Amino acid sequence: MADFVSGFWNMYVMGLVALSLLFCLFVLMSNNKRETGPVELHGHVWDENLAEYNNPLPRWWLYLFWLTLVFAVVYLILYPGFGNTKGVLGWASVGQYETETRKAEERYAPIFAKYQGMDVAGVAADPEARGMGQRLFVTYCAQCHGSDARGAKGFPNLTDKAWHWGGDPETIKATITNGRIGVMPPLGPTLGADGVKDVANYVRSLSGLAHDSLRAQRGAELFQQNCVACHGAEAKGMPAMGAPDLSDDAWLYGSSEATIMETVTKGRMNRMPGFGEFLGEAKVHLLTAYVYGLSNKPAQ
Amino acid sequence: MQSQATYNYKVVRQFSIMTVVWGIVGMLVGVIIAAQLVWPELNVGEWFHFGRLRPLHTNAVIFAFGGCALFATSYFVVQRTCHTTLFAPGLAAFTFWGWQLVIVLAAVTLPLGITSSKEYAELEWPIDILIAVVWVSYAIVFFGTIAKRKTSHIYVANWFFGAFILTVALLHIVNSAALPVTLTKSYSAYAGVQDAMVQWWYGHNAVGFFLTAGFLGMMYYFVPKQAERPVYSYRLSVVHFWALIFTYMWAGPHHLHYTALPDWTQSVGMVFSLILLAPSWGGMINGIMTLSGAWHKLRTDPILKFLITALSFYGMSTFEGPMMSIKTVNALSHYTDWTVGHVHSGALGWVAMISIGSMYYLLPRMYGRTEMYSTGLINAHFWIATIGIVLYIASMWIAGVMQGLMWRATNPDGTLTYSFVESVKASYPFWSIRLAGGVLFLTGMLIMFYNMVKTMAGHRAYDAPVVLPAAAHA
Repeated sequence: MADFVSGFWNMYVMGLVALSLLFCLFVLMSNNKRETGPVELHGHVWDENLAEYNNPLPRWWLYLFWLTLVFAVVYLILYPGFGNTKGVLGWASVGQYETETRKAEERYAPIFAKYQGMDVAGVAADPEARGMGQRLFVTYCAQCHGSDARGAKGFPNLTDKAWHWGGDPETIKATITNGRIGVMPPLGPTLGADGVKDVANYVRSLSGLAHDSLRAQRGAELFQQNCVACHGAEAKGMPAMGAPDLSDDAWLYGSSEATIMETVTKGRMNRMPGFGEFLGEAKVHLLTAYVYGLSNKPAQ
Repeated sequence: MQSQATYNYKVVRQFSIMTVVWGIVGMLVGVIIAAQLVWPELNVGEWFHFGRLRPLHTNAVIFAFGGCALFATSYFVVQRTCHTTLFAPGLAAFTFWGWQLVIVLAAVTLPLGITSSKEYAELEWPIDILIAVVWVSYAIVFFGTIAKRKTSHIYVANWFFGAFILTVALLHIVNSAALPVTLTKSYSAYAGVQDAMVQWWYGHNAVGFFLTAGFLGMMYYFVPKQAERPVYSYRLSVVHFWALIFTYMWAGPHHLHYTALPDWTQSVGMVFSLILLAPSWGGMINGIMTLSGAWHKLRTDPILKFLITALSFYGMSTFEGPMMSIKTVNALSHYTDWTVGHVHSGALGWVAMISIGSMYYLLPRMYGRTEMYSTGLINAHFWIATIGIVLYIASMWIAGVMQGLMWRATNPDGTLTYSFVESVKASYPFWSIRLAGGVLFLTGMLIMFYNMVKTMAGHRAYDAPVVLPAAAHA
């Protein structure tokens, strides 16, 4: 897209830039006089004793000023900057970016490409590949999943055996490539405050956490009516929908009664961005192997 | 030589006292957020989180501390150098109370998270309107006083104050243009990269006119007064004044190097930032050379030490600034603590030191005295503040360059050598040194407060009689 919506603005900017440079020049030239003899007071006095000498401009300072003006003109000839002119060198920031990315691609692509033929488990067993995968992980993934990949509230732990969408190599790769959106609908209006508390107690009972057994009993019924479509009758989850297993000890948001009630009442919305387009297949392959290796330790 | 009328010192006195008070408040918040970086557990609750206290710190030191210092000195200087009383004294009183209200509203709304999210212009639209009203009133008082001056020529300090008042009005009104949706929420009138450019046109000129031109006005009065020497060169002041106000307007794009901003805008921003070096140094030269023939005074007069050290820091940071605006340097320095160090060499070294020096001149005169209660305490303040600044700037330089180098380091396979959090971890020692520097600077301000209270104690507020102008070409 052109930077200017019409030729007028191009001329306008050129005019202003030229005017500013010429103005600096004019101010310098018109005060360039170099008297000889003693320096006189300028002739006005303010507030009892405020007066001014009229010393000539220090030469070194004047040359410095000239130098920056010359630099400005030369720079604006060489680089884009004077209105729409492209600059003699033909430099553009997008050109610089493309050149650097291309160079990097040429240099580094072969290093990553050599693992593309290997299967994920094989790459995960390769110490050198794991090191590269880890370096990619701390650059692109650690912001959410943590440097140690143990996650945080709302961001899954990747080192355990609990998977929302599935932990086989193909699924992990699909998750990294395309991202995921996990949605749990809010059930507060349907269940009511008391119903939510009952369900929360039932959910806690599934993983052997302290609970009110009367409430859990009532909650079990509500669960069968409202939750099994996603979490399954056994509450073991449904990877195709990203619905978590509620009977294990892995918790994305927390296992306290209050947190579970919040989850049930308000629902949850969770998004992982896709990295396929940004990183390319070769890097995603290495990342997949690194993540896979975190919970599938290769045989020593 | 004296007439019966007296200068309006009341508003000067009020702003001077609040300069010291807001200085302490603003710098205390600065110390708190510096501590929060060293000990993240100090982020207590959402109201006192770093993200909300940081804009409170910047607003308090720039607009409360710096603003009050500018109001106080410009009202003092314009009266004395125009040999007349303030125009519209009622309006001048309004600017005091209006400005204090702005500050209090900022101190309430920013911790509450009410923000327009524009850096250095975070306050929401109702407060923006109040600022605009106060500022226009300020302009009326200032230029009205100039208009009724008793001298034929306008003293150089007033050129700078005048340029600062006019430009800040323009910057504030243009950048704050927004569409309100509720009393506490509005959306910027600009979108995307235009919004960013308007923001940094404002942001850098806030530095250029609020934090530079205004304080140069201060310098042009208090340096020759305290040194009892004529200003070095009238001609130099003409050249650097016009060059400064003409080129500063262009410098904003250097805050947006390597962004979606068009290449031509970035180039223009960079070359004019480099051109700014000489006009900026013109001010430093004119100030420091004013002392020629009176260098010995630096040994005994701590007020002059403040003023001259301020000019040295001004020269240093206006050299550093153009260098950082060069794209290749900026590629290393941008987003690092180097920028934070650069800002503070300007803010503490130049703005705060010139204000403190000027206040030490001004405060006793507001109470009919010629000197502060204790010159020794001024000297102590000077050395504590100077050591504080040096610790602050040096630690941020090292941390900034280190961060820049760590972020760009790559492994043989092209991956980054360091994760971001590793650069955070490596910064902790320097953040601790910075905190120590900040604590020292704040300590100096507390000493100043004690000295101020002691100077005021037992002395009645005093309004000096208006001095008749000297006959022209006396």
